[in-house]
Amino acid sequence: MVTKLPAVDAVLVGFGWTGAILGQQLCDAGLNVVALERGVWRDTPTDFATTFAQDELRYMWRHHLFQNLAYDTLTIRNNVGQQALPMRRLGSFLLGAGVGGSGVHWNAQIWRFLESDFKAYSHNLKRYGKAAVDAYDMTVQDYPVTWDEIEPHYDTFDKICGTSGKAGNLRGVIQDGGNPFEGPRSHEYPNPAMALPYGPTLFTRAAREKGYKPFPHPTGNMSRPYTNPLGAQLGQCTYCGFCEKFGCGNYSKATAQTTILPYLMAKPNFTLRTESEVLKIETTPDGKRATGVTYVDSTGKEFFQPAEIVVLSAYVLHNVRLLLLSKIGRPYDPKTGEGVVGKNYAYQITSSANVFFKDKIVNPFIGAGALAAVVDEFNGDNFDHTGLGFIGGGYIAQMQTGGRPIEMMFTPAGTPKWGLEWKKAAAHNYLRAVNILCHGSVMAHRGNYLDLDPTYRDAFGRPMLRMTFDFTDNERKMSAYLLDKAAEIGLAMDGVSSVKKNYRTGSWSVVPYQTTHNTGGTIMGDNPRNSVVNKYLQSWDVSNLFVMGAGAFPQNAGYNPTGTLAALAYFSAAAIKDRYLKSPGPMVRA
Amino acid sequence: MTGNKPKNSSTIDRRSLLLTGALAGTAGVAAAAARHDGGLGAPPQTIQGTMPWREGTADAPPASTGTDYRFFNAFEQAFVLPAIDRLIPPDATGPSATQANVHIFLDHQLAGPYGRGDHFYLGGPWPSGTPEQGYQSRLTPAQFYRASILAVEGYVRTQYRGKLFGQLAHADQDAVLKGLESGGIKLANADGKAFFAMFLQNVLEGYFSDPIYGGNKDMAAWAMIGFPGAHYDYREWVGRHGRRVPFPPTSLNGRPGWSEG
Amino acid sequence: MTRRTQIAIAGAAAVLLVVMAGLAFFLLSPSPPPYVLATATGGPPQILTRPIPDSVPNAAQLRRGQYLVRVGDCTSCHTREGGVPFAGGFGLNTPFGVIYSTNITSDRHHGVGALTPEKFYRVLHDGVGPKGALLYPAMPYPYFARVTRADSDAMLAYLKTVPASPNRRPPDDLPFPFSIRSLVGAWNLLFFDSGVFEPDPAKSAQWNRGAYLVTGLGHCGACHTPKNALAGDRNSQALQGGYLDTWIAPDLTSNTRTGVGSWSRQDIVDYLKTGRSVRANAAGPMAEVVANSTSLLSDADLAAIAEYLKDQPASPDRVSSEAPDAAVLRRGAAIFSDACSACHMASGTGQSRLFPSLHGNAMLQQSDPSGLLHLILAGGRTAPTPSRPTPVSMPSFASKLGDRQIADVATYIRNSMGNRAEPVTAKQAAAMRRRLGLQSVRLTDNSGDWP
Repeated sequence: MVTKLPAVDAVLVGFGWTGAILGQQLCDAGLNVVALERGVWRDTPTDFATTFAQDELRYMWRHHLFQNLAYDTLTIRNNVGQQALPMRRLGSFLLGAGVGGSGVHWNAQIWRFLESDFKAYSHNLKRYGKAAVDAYDMTVQDYPVTWDEIEPHYDTFDKICGTSGKAGNLRGVIQDGGNPFEGPRSHEYPNPAMALPYGPTLFTRAAREKGYKPFPHPTGNMSRPYTNPLGAQLGQCTYCGFCEKFGCGNYSKATAQTTILPYLMAKPNFTLRTESEVLKIETTPDGKRATGVTYVDSTGKEFFQPAEIVVLSAYVLHNVRLLLLSKIGRPYDPKTGEGVVGKNYAYQITSSANVFFKDKIVNPFIGAGALAAVVDEFNGDNFDHTGLGFIGGGYIAQMQTGGRPIEMMFTPAGTPKWGLEWKKAAAHNYLRAVNILCHGSVMAHRGNYLDLDPTYRDAFGRPMLRMTFDFTDNERKMSAYLLDKAAEIGLAMDGVSSVKKNYRTGSWSVVPYQTTHNTGGTIMGDNPRNSVVNKYLQSWDVSNLFVMGAGAFPQNAGYNPTGTLAALAYFSAAAIKDRYLKSPGPMVRA
Repeated sequence: MTGNKPKNSSTIDRRSLLLTGALAGTAGVAAAAARHDGGLGAPPQTIQGTMPWREGTADAPPASTGTDYRFFNAFEQAFVLPAIDRLIPPDATGPSATQANVHIFLDHQLAGPYGRGDHFYLGGPWPSGTPEQGYQSRLTPAQFYRASILAVEGYVRTQYRGKLFGQLAHADQDAVLKGLESGGIKLANADGKAFFAMFLQNVLEGYFSDPIYGGNKDMAAWAMIGFPGAHYDYREWVGRHGRRVPFPPTSLNGRPGWSEG
Repeated sequence: MTRRTQIAIAGAAAVLLVVMAGLAFFLLSPSPPPYVLATATGGPPQILTRPIPDSVPNAAQLRRGQYLVRVGDCTSCHTREGGVPFAGGFGLNTPFGVIYSTNITSDRHHGVGALTPEKFYRVLHDGVGPKGALLYPAMPYPYFARVTRADSDAMLAYLKTVPASPNRRPPDDLPFPFSIRSLVGAWNLLFFDSGVFEPDPAKSAQWNRGAYLVTGLGHCGACHTPKNALAGDRNSQALQGGYLDTWIAPDLTSNTRTGVGSWSRQDIVDYLKTGRSVRANAAGPMAEVVANSTSLLSDADLAAIAEYLKDQPASPDRVSSEAPDAAVLRRGAAIFSDACSACHMASGTGQSRLFPSLHGNAMLQQSDPSGLLHLILAGGRTAPTPSRPTPVSMPSFASKLGDRQIADVATYIRNSMGNRAEPVTAKQAAAMRRRLGLQSVRLTDNSGDWP
């Protein structure tokens, strides 16, 4: 028995960052909007309060705020020659769950991609030739949006989040103390950069001595109290060190809850239904138009929610799977290279250098999600790749996210992992070590993709998503190159005793935590043969279906994805309001 | 982490129902009923007009739970106690694992939701995978511990003339642990390398997690490294470079200064 | 809801007086009503904020009526949770039983649709129902009596535009003899002055407007004026603060320690308009008043209210000079440093309009610590308002702090940062914990770890 509900103007599938953004934008345009969220309601004072939020075991290691794999997971393998097996424990990436999504436990690292990142194919082709962009079976594409189109929407997101930082390029004029490589921004950050603790300060000095231009990491952790354009209030960050993998207890991290929901939830034309999992996007018999979605709630009741517009605003992996399950768009086939849904799945490659000091106390527990000093000389195409054997790059950052001792216990090279020697090394180095992160891009490759698993099924009997992914030598070479540069800076830090380099070698493994920056699979492009959605995130096949998120990235850049996926969501929302509502139908001619 | 919640008490039963549904590939609606049998999800809510809030509510962690054994039997205790003190031995630097009550932590974790694999996907089939595919056992962590300890003691009995792990000299104990760590020791019916990795991780968790979970007794491991624990505010210290902060370690449930003096 | 309960208690106590006056004190003293869980205020119903277009006949009077219905905060009592706006049926718990609010939609049979202006005025001014029955003073007619006839007519005209709901008020669940309405007459004789509002010619027009709002339709004294043993207002102590079930309605006089003596007029206006000022955030029952009433009032009226309140003579300062035990203060300071500074800052200065400053904080210094204990135990939510939509909330400390720790930290903040008030005991904390039903943890949905 499926209960048919009254029709609405728009239904949002998933209620994290992009769901909140689209909800606010579409409600302000006067639409009746319903959001369906499969998880529970969560909010600051009750679900991640200052009274109990600083709990490394419960949140980081027992995954309390993350997707519970017992009920829903995916299968994984490195290549098509292997049998994909279920991801039985979270590790490499930490999927969010519930209202606010992964945006609840993110670090609030708010980046903009480089101008050249949007033209990864044509730019690299022009500078390094066809062999460079075709190497390693790469399937790199340009984004169909330009910097000038997207910049105002980056700016909107900065103002919503109250991003703290220092501009490096203000309307084309390079600014001291900011990132000189960033594209021209229309405005300075809404809040000044955070205060830097000792480690990032020493890193900044060392990087300057090396001739780099270090700058404070742009962050959605508040350097001071802030009220955003929707009237939502955020508090000043206390540097408590429980930000990444944790919810913020004192309203000082930009999340959907702190920035948009106070405004959106009060709108009379907005409704949120929790514990409601969408099973399928329904379409007209010709498959050209979405009629709404079918969902099941936690009592087992099934509903059909008719809607004029369907917005997929769940996490990348769920969006891809819903398209595949709903048979919308042609699934990608790595053998032929044809099809688009699931194509160009990409990720992030990270490596790190641990820096140990002889006697400097750096107090690693004084931290915040994006509290860091950054060097961007080796990101994207900020440097000459000639002869290096790879394209892409990443940022190098001395990040101080907090000193949770189970996770953040660094010991010098050669120290055993247990026993008396380990114990003495841990006791001595905990206050005297910092970590330099190399956060690198992952290009699209022909063999990396998402599809439906032939064997494993979820609790509803639906096929699980199957992820086929590995790093290639393009990434490994790039990551090692970054790490060598990072270690050089580490060795130049005042008072250093040793540096331990942790290269990323071998195949991608699901075991160690890396990043929750899964991208691609619903990529954007300039025609339906190479992409799932057009520049407005509108499905080429079903013109009243919009697909949000980092799934739109044709390949991943060297930065954290949220700033860009949020900007794309605002760009899409603007197009829906300004053009689509006036004349529903495809906004780009196929 | 939800041991204090009554509606979790029959999770395992519902879980097996759930997995059966998944395996058989049951049609959507039937499996939906399995998942959403009224116990696998919070009630659905329709929220309109405001951010909902109810006073006095908190997603609070479980209360501290004493120092009794609930999972390890005497045979297992005889392995765990000496083994964890080889991983973190006693010396003047700080507490050993047993001095920090890590054994109690392990015991309570394995007796609770973690031991039941509440956040693990445990459905089949279960072919062996690559190291990159991570945990692929059909066992819950509690079952995995039980089987592995038995296998380790079996290995020790064979190699060391009928002795138990606890009866070995420290050097021999270390040799066994190193053999498990490297994979050099192959166990009958258990993956020694995977067990060692999980065991060491859990020991470190018990040593350094908040004392509300039974380990890190008196926050001595935090005191040893200089971590103030759940103190929330370092605004006045972020700019004071190179200086030790004055805050004594604090648990989520406080510190002696909250109730003494 | 507890505010409404308080008003209701006055109503029921009226009956009690006549029947068993001797027992009144007993019944009104601690351990009263079955505690109603406060849920979030959903904001005012749309009909209360929807603009009335010029094209509507009689638009000016309707707008005035809509505005006055906001002033009177009629919504809070005349809408039940999740119910149709103004359709009544909200159950007011009293120690004697449940009194249900009436339907005031335009329905001709169950609402005010058929009421004449005369009859409606009698309701407000005399506490007499349309059919002549005496109302329980749960309906605050002792304040509404001051409403002018013109204002009364405007309110009725507006209510007659509220979409009709056939909701029939459930019969009150009052046992005999409290069910005898006519007994209210005796209470009226003692405590009800049905006179009209008399402007004070010595004061400014703004002051008089403030007085009209505060002592009339705004019925501030229903909570903020202390009550005598029979639940009548102690008029000599007007607005000096009242006990409100598990809350305190603070002193609103010019007392600089416990009242608004050190607040500027703008602080008062900000508080009422946005739910927060540099002095305090509106939480508890006042959050509802701000959301449904004061945040929707004109700046001029809010300034008038501030003008009137700032002119109230300070209540007598009664704090004892005894200094709290040094060990208590030491423990309290330790708790404060770890558990409170994340929001209120190590210095206690808070973050303006977000986390209240604890320095010279009036709420902390009420001689009855109930409000503070309630906040620490159950948490508190700042009223979301159109200009400040974030419902900044203090979390519940019930599962984190024991009764003695709560008492110690409460004593500490009441006697540091420029504050001075009686020490709080663990017994008081334990009693409040019991009354709030927080002896064991009240978990959220998230606690089940649902996917």
